[in-house]
Amino acid sequence: MASPAAIPTRRPKGDLHTDTQLISMGPSHPATHGTVKIMLEIDGEQIVEMDVQIGYLHRGFEKECESGTWYQAIPYTDRLNYNSAILANLAFCMSVEKLLDCEIPRRGQWVRTLASELSRMGDHLTRLGAACLELGAMTPFLYGIEARELVWDLQEMLCGARVTSNYVRIGGLQRDITPGFLARLATSLVRIEELLADFDKVVTSNRIFVDRFRNTGMLPLEKLISYGVTGPLLRAAGVPLDLRKAEPYLAYAEIDFDVPIGTTGDNYDRFLVCQEEVDESIRIIRQCVPVLEKTVGEPVNVADPRVRWPAKDRVFGRMEELIQQFKGVTEGIRVPAGEAYAAVESPNGELGFYVVSDGTGKPYKVRCRPPSFANVAPMRDMLVGGMLADIVPTFDMINMIGGECDR
Amino acid sequence: MTTSADDLLVRVKALLGADVLDSHAHRGDATLLVPLARARECLRRLQHDPELAFNFLIDLTAVDYLGREPRFELVYHLASIDASPRDDAPSTLPRRLRVKTAVPANPCEADSICALWEAANWLEREVFDLYGIVFREHPDLRRILLYDEFKGHPLRKDYPKERRQPLIGPRN
Repeated sequence: MASPAAIPTRRPKGDLHTDTQLISMGPSHPATHGTVKIMLEIDGEQIVEMDVQIGYLHRGFEKECESGTWYQAIPYTDRLNYNSAILANLAFCMSVEKLLDCEIPRRGQWVRTLASELSRMGDHLTRLGAACLELGAMTPFLYGIEARELVWDLQEMLCGARVTSNYVRIGGLQRDITPGFLARLATSLVRIEELLADFDKVVTSNRIFVDRFRNTGMLPLEKLISYGVTGPLLRAAGVPLDLRKAEPYLAYAEIDFDVPIGTTGDNYDRFLVCQEEVDESIRIIRQCVPVLEKTVGEPVNVADPRVRWPAKDRVFGRMEELIQQFKGVTEGIRVPAGEAYAAVESPNGELGFYVVSDGTGKPYKVRCRPPSFANVAPMRDMLVGGMLADIVPTFDMINMIGGECDR
Repeated sequence: MTTSADDLLVRVKALLGADVLDSHAHRGDATLLVPLARARECLRRLQHDPELAFNFLIDLTAVDYLGREPRFELVYHLASIDASPRDDAPSTLPRRLRVKTAVPANPCEADSICALWEAANWLEREVFDLYGIVFREHPDLRRILLYDEFKGHPLRKDYPKERRQPLIGPRN
C-alpha cells in the first residue's frame, strides 16, 4: 500500500456531514421593507424549504369597510399600498362608480390619470431605491428617495397629504389641481429625470449589483400564470400585459406610451422593467399637461347630487343643496343593489375591487384583490433551491407591501 | 360592453350546459351561478376549454348572506389572458368571468381547486381564515392572515366588529 493514493490527506471522504438548519427571518428584519416572517430550512447557504408567513399587518380592512358608508371606506384604501395610495383610492371608486353606472367628466379623467402616474412613480422609486439600500448601497437609495420626495411634494399639492392621499372620490375628486401645480410639476420632472440618470449610472451596470440580481428569483411562465402573478413580475417574463393597454380606463386610450417587457424574468429584468416604467410614467404625465391646460375651469366631478355632493357655494346658499349635502354626509350615498368588479394597473399588478351593495348607504361587501398577495404566494417556488442571499433581491422586486397583502 | 359579456355568457352556457343555474351581465360583468357539487368541474372545464381558456384565477372570495339559505357564496374571478411572450402589447380585451357557487352554513365545505391553479392555495386559506369555509383536499389549510389561536371567523356577519381577542389587546 505504498501508492500515492494512500497518503492521508486532510480532505475527508465524501461530503462533510451537515444538518439542515431552521432559521426565522422576520417578521421585522432590517433588509426586508415589509412585515413578513420567513421560516427557512437551510443547508449551508442553500434554501431547502421555506414557509412565508404573512398577516402581521392584518387590521380587518374589509370588516371596517362594511361598517361605514361608501365614502368612509376611501381613507382605508389609502392604507393598502401606502406607496401608491391614489391608485387604491381610484380602484375602489371605479368599482363603486361601475355599480352606480356614472361616468366622470373628461377633465376629471385626465387629472385622475396624472395622479395615477405620479402615484406609480412614487411606488417604483421606492422599490428601486430600497432594493439598493437592502443590498447595502446607500447612495442610489438617496437618489431614489429624493426623486420620490419630489413626487410626494406634488401629491401634497394635489390633496394636502404626502402619503395617505384620500384624493379620489366616488364620482370625481376631492378637488381639482391647485394653482401653480403644473408649473411645479414641470420643474420637478426635470429634476427627477436628472436623478434617474444618476441612479442609472450608479446602479444599472454596476457589477456587484448585476451579480446579485441576474438569474435570481426566476419562475417559469406557466407557474407565474398559475399563481395569478401580474404587473412587472409578469412583464419581466416577456408578457406585455398591462391593464392600461388591455382594458383602457381613464384617458389611457388617448395616450401614447409603451409597455416595457423583459426576457428571462429574473430580478434584473424586473428591475429594468420598473426603471423603464418610471420613464413611461413621465411620458404619460407630460401628455396630460396640455389637456389640463386646455380644460381649465371644466368640472372634475359628476353633476349628480346623489353621487357627489354639490359645490360649497351652492350648499351655503340654497335649501335643496344643503339638504343633499346633509343627507350625503350623514346617510351616505345610496348605491343600487348589485355587484361589480373594477381593476386598475397598480405598480404591483392588477389591483381590483369586488363590491357588493344591498341598496343601502353601507357597502355589504368590499373585497380588495391585492396584487402583493398574489405576488408573494409564489416566493417559495422562486427561492427554494437557491441561495440565502437571493431572498433579499427577490423580496425587493416582488415589492410586498404589508398593508396591501395583509389588509 | 354589455354585448361582449352577453356573447361570452352564450359560449359559456354552451360549454357548461345544465350546470349553469343562473347568469347575468350586470354592468358588463359576465356572471355565472353553478351548483356547489359541480363547481370544481365547471372551473376545470372553463380553464381547459381551448377557445375560452380562462388561464388566470384572478381572485377568490366569499360573501356572507346571513339569513339567506344557503348562507355563503364563493366568488371566483377568472380571466383569459393571452400570455404568450411577445413585443407588442395586446390590443384585445382580456375576457373576464365571475363564477359563483352557494355554500350552506352546515356543512360549510367546498372542493379545493388547488390542483387547477396554484393561486388557489393562499386564496382558499384566506377564505377559510376569514369565513370558516373548509376546502376539501386542500394540501395545507391553515389560517393565513390571523394567528392559529384566533377564535371565530371575523368576516362572518355575525362576528361583532367590536369583539376583542387576547392577542389583539384592549381597545384604546
